[in-house]
Amino acid sequence: MAHFDENARPFSNKWLDERIGINTLKRVLSTEYWIPKNINFLWAMGMVLAATFGMLLISGIFLLMYYIPDTKQAFDSVNYTIMSQVGYGWLWRHIHGVGASVVFLIIYIHMFTGIYYGSYKRGRELIWLSGMLLFVVFSAEAFSGYMLPWGQMSYWAGMVITNLFSGGSLHANGLVEWIRGDYIPGQAYLGRFFMLHVLLLPLVIIGLIVFHFGTLRLPHVNNKDGEEFDFAAEAEKYKAGNKKESKVIPFNPVFLSKDVFVMGIYFIFFFYLVFYHFEFAMDPVNFDPANGLKTPTHIYPEWYFLWSYEILRPFPTDPGLIAFAFAQVIFFALPFLDRSPNVAPANRRGIFKFWFWALLVDMIILTFMGKVPPVQPWSNIGLVAAVTFIALWILLPIITKLEKKL
Amino acid sequence: MKELKVLSIVVIFTLVLYWGVEPFAHSQMHKHVEFNGFAYNGKSDIEQLDEKIKKINEEITELKNSGGKDIKTKIADKEKELNELKAKLDDTKKFWAEINKVPKGGDAAAGKAAIAACVACHGIKSQGMKAPMDPNAAAAAYGVNPPDLSNAGALYDEKFLIAFLKSPTHAAHVKKLAMPGGLAGDDKNAANIVAYLKSIAPKEITPKEAFVTACGRCHANRYGKWTQIGDVPKTKSNIKTGQDIDALKFKEKVADYQGKLANYMGKLPPDLSIIIRARSEDFLKTFVEDPQSQLPGTAMPRVGLTKEGYEKVISYLEETGDPSKPKREATGPWVLGFFVIFSLLAYGWYKSQWKGLK
Amino acid sequence: MSNRRDFMGMALGAFTGLGALGALYAAKRTWDPLPSVKAAGFTTIDVSKAPENVLITEVWRGKPIFILKQSKEMVEKAKNRPISNNSKFKDIDRLIKIGNDYYMVVVGLCTHLGCIPDYRPEKENFLCACHGGMYNSSSDVIKAPPPRGLDIPPFKIDGTKLVLGEEGPEYKKLLADGITLPV
Repeated sequence: MAHFDENARPFSNKWLDERIGINTLKRVLSTEYWIPKNINFLWAMGMVLAATFGMLLISGIFLLMYYIPDTKQAFDSVNYTIMSQVGYGWLWRHIHGVGASVVFLIIYIHMFTGIYYGSYKRGRELIWLSGMLLFVVFSAEAFSGYMLPWGQMSYWAGMVITNLFSGGSLHANGLVEWIRGDYIPGQAYLGRFFMLHVLLLPLVIIGLIVFHFGTLRLPHVNNKDGEEFDFAAEAEKYKAGNKKESKVIPFNPVFLSKDVFVMGIYFIFFFYLVFYHFEFAMDPVNFDPANGLKTPTHIYPEWYFLWSYEILRPFPTDPGLIAFAFAQVIFFALPFLDRSPNVAPANRRGIFKFWFWALLVDMIILTFMGKVPPVQPWSNIGLVAAVTFIALWILLPIITKLEKKL
Repeated sequence: MKELKVLSIVVIFTLVLYWGVEPFAHSQMHKHVEFNGFAYNGKSDIEQLDEKIKKINEEITELKNSGGKDIKTKIADKEKELNELKAKLDDTKKFWAEINKVPKGGDAAAGKAAIAACVACHGIKSQGMKAPMDPNAAAAAYGVNPPDLSNAGALYDEKFLIAFLKSPTHAAHVKKLAMPGGLAGDDKNAANIVAYLKSIAPKEITPKEAFVTACGRCHANRYGKWTQIGDVPKTKSNIKTGQDIDALKFKEKVADYQGKLANYMGKLPPDLSIIIRARSEDFLKTFVEDPQSQLPGTAMPRVGLTKEGYEKVISYLEETGDPSKPKREATGPWVLGFFVIFSLLAYGWYKSQWKGLK
Repeated sequence: MSNRRDFMGMALGAFTGLGALGALYAAKRTWDPLPSVKAAGFTTIDVSKAPENVLITEVWRGKPIFILKQSKEMVEKAKNRPISNNSKFKDIDRLIKIGNDYYMVVVGLCTHLGCIPDYRPEKENFLCACHGGMYNSSSDVIKAPPPRGLDIPPFKIDGTKLVLGEEGPEYKKLLADGITLPV
């Protein structure tokens, strides 16, 4: 069946094509992977995320060489050995710490870009769902990583977050102890979160990234106007040399060239943070070693969890947990709650425009209120913002149903 | 350009977000404490008492308005507390007024003659006077090892030292302290002793010496290999048993000292290896100047560091807690420069690729 | 146009390569031994109380160090035994003289593949159990496969003490004469 040219030079293009179909791969994944021309820099966030994940992976590999997952040694292995003894250990740690924080900033920008331009609709539901799965696993990855330096914040965040699983008045303490492998976060707990952080969750993330890219290939990337067009026909125009009229460009090298430029700008920002402004990502409280007998005066999650934390906080235990669970899953339902037939930027979609900005502003307010101490007036503002968040999602199917077809 | 508009929206939201979770949130979490530039004149002591008296007065008014059962006894308790505070305020004001009157610049020679009162407990190594007891024995006797005075004149404020000799608890702003007051006799004599300590103080002291003198008897610094009783010695394990008996013996001594110290202070003072990253610059400065201002009720005494002394201590804490700082600052410009050029080249590539497309 | 396009892409690629080299340098430094490992590379051993013809094992940089005080007869033998057939050096040159006594001080790892040879005092020689290599009491090879005698660690003589890890004049001479290789 297959034909192999005996004269093909090993590893030449022809040789490789006969064996792994390299030309087909190149065509499908790169030179004839058509991307709409009508896009802006926000469409580069996917590649920026991939690059940030790469930075986290590489810096993580080097940290792993000297990190010791032992409750007695973890803190010093990070803060002494890695920070002061290992050559450039501090650089890997700062990249890792800042990267973990910035990756969420980019994820949020990526998500809100998708919401604004309606990129979760009509054939793109799986892109949204796989992206949300990535968000959840990234959150678990961030949380498990936060445990590893075994400072005060690691310990107490571990205590508080695992206690959520007691289910309020269900008192499922057995479940909490099962998760911890101990009555408190101890050696067993650190060991398993170490495993999750460096092996299981990264494997899942890599798998999900591949899946996320896969879900994108057939529906193609959305564009600034949500315009639907025949990619094959536009591609023909491009290949025929009508590049100006064609609505598409190939991924490589045309789209990529812009991506790389955006990445360059992003990395200036990223490394500025790594070298000169890392405190925001490396909380001072976590430079006190874990102490199971003393809670820090202020405890709060990292900034990217604050909005959902604040949905938990202003309510009594049980309703709080239900609201929290609601906040965790509701974004998954977005493609099904949005009943409008329109795929268009939010500013052309009537009430949805207000819904979008209200959601964004509300989540920022929740984020602010999640960090300040729970005193007045902040508690009340937080409560109103939490109720607003829930109300916005309940309203979404109604306002989108009312939306006129464009 | 449209794209710059989109970018500016993203940037503005990011900055607002940053403002909310960092500067704003921290301003809500930490109370503001006035910094007095390492001047020791009782200002913050008096302010804190005024504050407390104000609060109690408010509580009493509230109680009076509320009515209810056993209100009288509650009010009486509060008023008793109030009177105690008022007495303390008067006492504090009087003490610092006297200190502020002591003229600076005592007679060092006279101070030297009077030093016997000090060396009963303290050593002055630089003058060939050894400490009368080793740290463990001293801690057994006093709760804490009395400091060697060789470097005291170089690190501590003159007025503070005079106040300290007169009344250690007033000067250190704590309830109790091992050292009794009044050993130096009158204020003039105290000023002479301080002048003597200044006269023997070395011109240059290393950051580590500053840390050891000012902090090192209560605080360990394990990244700097410092324990409360001295440097961790270099020891060797027995090749046949794998045990390092000298290290174990040293650990036992440290543990013994720490136990006594913890009894004396109420808890073991924390290791300061990485405190420079665990506390803000502002916190450390105001805390060292007056521990009560940040942690009311703490057993940590005010140590009376001068600005220069404080900077020396901080530079040691940076050495142990943030040793990568010089490397970080040296590497940063190169990496940023790299990405600036990278972006320029990438822009060139982007422009050349997109030519004729639009 | 196509030329310029290629040029920009290639310039960017080359410049990225430069950055990758920088990152590789940082990665290489991360793999380097820690300063604490290097600082621990000194061991002081007092040899004055060592009995004759009894092998003493010490540890330096995690490796076993063999110290064997030579008896008078052993010294005599070593004075007459050449290191190899056509060498101008004798076995005695491999020994370290401290005071009036001679000591064999070597890294106790076979120069073949790094196993620890066994000393047999009655036969006054070492046998390596892994591949059958043998050394005499001044640690020179007497049976293959080892390519050379046991390596001598850097040392400095300090009275009756040996400081391993520091290079004294005696050690430098041994290196210069090619009697031992740097460890």
